[in-house]
Amino acid sequence: MEGDVVQMGAYIGAGLACTGMGGAAVGVGHVVGNFLSGALRNPSAAGGQTATMFIGIAFSEALGIFSFLVALLLMFAV
Amino acid sequence: MATEANTADDGGLVFHPMDQFIVKPLFSDGPVGMFTITNVTMWMALTVLAIIALLVLGTSKRSTVPGRTQSIAELAYGFVYKMVEDVAGKDGVKFFPYIMTLFMFIVVSNFLGLLPAAFTTTSHIAVTAVMAMAVFIAVTVIGFVKHGAGYLGLFWISAAPLPLRPILALIEVISYFVRPVSHSIRLAGNMMAGHAVIKVFAAFAPMITISVGVGILVTPLSILAITAIYALEVLVAFIQAYVFAILTCVYLKDALHPHH
Repeated sequence: MEGDVVQMGAYIGAGLACTGMGGAAVGVGHVVGNFLSGALRNPSAAGGQTATMFIGIAFSEALGIFSFLVALLLMFAV
Repeated sequence: MATEANTADDGGLVFHPMDQFIVKPLFSDGPVGMFTITNVTMWMALTVLAIIALLVLGTSKRSTVPGRTQSIAELAYGFVYKMVEDVAGKDGVKFFPYIMTLFMFIVVSNFLGLLPAAFTTTSHIAVTAVMAMAVFIAVTVIGFVKHGAGYLGLFWISAAPLPLRPILALIEVISYFVRPVSHSIRLAGNMMAGHAVIKVFAAFAPMITISVGVGILVTPLSILAITAIYALEVLVAFIQAYVFAILTCVYLKDALHPHH
């Protein structure tokens, strides 16, 4: 019985960890949106900065990945 | 993880969306050991063969007016070369072969994984973690060989006010050691999630054979969704390989120029 409660808690926690995806979505949207608003103001400078945009996306996405990691740990390691 | 196909009667999907990621031995039914030839081994070998076919055979004729294969090979080479030069700097160019290898392996195995019934090797954390740990160890070794103890200056941000520096140093150390984790799970997670979503919609697609009333709505919708997500996955397959390579360049730049 006790094991079932622990299992339930782990599954609920794994589900809750999915809310971290929302944070990553907001972050990535913010990066790309600001890049676009800057790029439309000065299109000639935009081409050289796409790499920077992808680096920014990757860093903000990393935090979303940690919530995925927490979910994985709860599902398979706890 | 369900290995047995669930019947649709008890409300489950026709097949488990994670079944596609099971590592199976190719020639025996025994357990997977250290040197067992599995479907992962086969698809990795196919990836390498595809890269050889593209880069070695494609450029073997070296015609002045490039054909299709040679154009793609030259495009890939120029793309990665420019990325290394822009991000890692002029002295990062001598690590170009390593980054080209990483990029080509990841992008080709991502694209091969998109073929129906194929196995995506990069969807396994075991595969991506090896690549990310190799990058992490290589970058750390390069940093210490080039700068000695001065490489630790990477963590001591001299542009920040003095009282803040120890706190920032702690954060920098943590983020340095988290690099291989995020580097590997970003690729594996993106590939795994995309393929699992396609499989979930694929399990809903034959709904019309169970119930015509529900299926007439669900089946066309899920087939459309598979098409749309597949198109997105083609984009993601390339972007994730690009991100992996460009982050390798960023880490390399940190190792070559820790003070800035």
